[in-house]
Amino acid sequence: MNIIGLIKSHNFFWDQQMIKVFSKFIVLIFVSASAFALTHIDITRGNIEPVPIAITDFHESSNQAKKLSENIIKVVTQDLQNSGLFRIINKKAYIENIIGADSVPKFSAWRQINAASLINGSVDISYGKLKVSFRMWDPFSEKQVGGAVFEVKTDAWRRVAHKISDEIYKRLTGEDGYFDSKVVYVAVSGPANKRIKRLAVMDQDGANHHYLSDGKHLVLTPRFSPDARHFMYLSYEDPRKPRVRVMDLDTHRTHSIGSFPGMSFAPRYTSDGRNALLSAAVNGISNIYFLDLQTLKQTQLTSCNSICTSPSPSPDNSKIAFNSDMGGGRHIYVMNADGSGIKRISFGTGHYTSPVWSLRGDLIAFTKSIPGRGFYIGLMKPDGSGERIIARGWIVEGPTWSPNGRVIMFEKGEKPRGKDSSHTKLYAIDITGYNERKIDTPLEATDASWSPLLN
Amino acid sequence: MLKKLMCVVLIMLSAAACSGTRHGKVEPGTQSDLEANVGDYVLFSFDSSSLDSEANETLSKQVDWLKKYSFVNVIIEGRCDERGTREYNLALGERRANSAKQFLISSGINASRIKTISYGKERPIVMGSDEYAWKENRRSSTVVD
Repeated sequence: MNIIGLIKSHNFFWDQQMIKVFSKFIVLIFVSASAFALTHIDITRGNIEPVPIAITDFHESSNQAKKLSENIIKVVTQDLQNSGLFRIINKKAYIENIIGADSVPKFSAWRQINAASLINGSVDISYGKLKVSFRMWDPFSEKQVGGAVFEVKTDAWRRVAHKISDEIYKRLTGEDGYFDSKVVYVAVSGPANKRIKRLAVMDQDGANHHYLSDGKHLVLTPRFSPDARHFMYLSYEDPRKPRVRVMDLDTHRTHSIGSFPGMSFAPRYTSDGRNALLSAAVNGISNIYFLDLQTLKQTQLTSCNSICTSPSPSPDNSKIAFNSDMGGGRHIYVMNADGSGIKRISFGTGHYTSPVWSLRGDLIAFTKSIPGRGFYIGLMKPDGSGERIIARGWIVEGPTWSPNGRVIMFEKGEKPRGKDSSHTKLYAIDITGYNERKIDTPLEATDASWSPLLN
Repeated sequence: MLKKLMCVVLIMLSAAACSGTRHGKVEPGTQSDLEANVGDYVLFSFDSSSLDSEANETLSKQVDWLKKYSFVNVIIEGRCDERGTREYNLALGERRANSAKQFLISSGINASRIKTISYGKERPIVMGSDEYAWKENRRSSTVVD
């Protein structure tokens, strides 16, 4: 699909005053390096009230455009409501029913129903091309605060909807959105003693779901490339030697990478997509390697005598978080990208595993388990301070970050009854610990990897 | 007639009591032989890849068996219980498989006869989420190649 162009409407302007108006509603929700600090709200006291916004029917030029317009608004509504931050006011409450991207609203009518923002737009289809325009208004200052025009192939309508959601989210929170993105994961089915695992990819809202492997051999831990056009994963295609492979999402062709004498696993791309970090086992000892994906030159970074695995690079690629038992027990360490300066950063009671550095660089997500108490998803700063738990379950693991570093997706399984499976599914949760919701997948789901925003 | 019936029953009972019958006729030097007569796996404590005395005993028997059947090659499969994350368990399974391998090698079995593979917490041997299943899944299994 080609997004031909994203053209900002020439009437659009950004008024600095607006962010202060909206700050009363929502900006204080987010942990942010900006002026709007989380500490102003005591989030332990209860849920955040979603901000009410209105989306009017878009003006459509034909019946086909009408259907598409309804679908686009449905996807935008779902995106925004799923974020837990917004509530779309029921159409029945609208006093004015303006339509069309060129109409200026009667602002008092929208203030009357307490809409913090109003979105209106137009959809036009001609010669197989889709043109969508939308505007965002602030009924209180009576100004336009956002908008865009999209011209794409008709089948790219979902991406247009997600990009509209991202624009609305950004204008109202000051943060980048995360809606125009994909998730690659492992779909699981079959009886507990003969599980079938298949690679699968979907939009972050569960749409456009496709299986990418047939389940004949075990596949684990897919990890998106920064351009979202490839992913690395662990494959047991060679039943004697599990190894890391790469799949091209355009062609579905795969190839192995690196030449290691034994098992290679736990792969992650560096943020420029040109290199990989992974783990390789030799004589039972697992160490971390850097692999140049162009030259395939590999460099051993750690010299553990037991387990060093699950490398996760910082977004500026200067440091690597990883998992090791070098200190006794399972803990998280951070080292420089060249392997020097190893420092332990987890110190609480329990086992710490699967560190994942946020794309924002400010936090490391991890899995923690306390024997007899269960599993947890937690967050800590890269120096190990500020540890807090955001999710828990019988077994939870595999945190992956949304593109904007504000939401985490993870897998959660229940305590099985008898010899049943744990019915593991993917869940998403805000880094505040609120708004946990199940992701709809056809089968059980594990090992999610969330792509950056798509180009 | 009753005497004949009792004879049949007696034969059936004694046949069932004989170990290896479960697997049919047990050929020497096969996986069945290893499982039935030697012990094909050793268990580990949580988070550990150290061999305890029972493991040492079983592996010693495997050494004798491998020396006797010198044409047999094996793969040692390392596993973990479910109470760990995916990647860490792959590494731990690898350590467990290697622990068993090193024992065999240090007892005189040629390294070229022994491969290892880790399944982490995938493909558990015993189903369930209780102490018994967890204990049984923390293992290295020796499998005839």
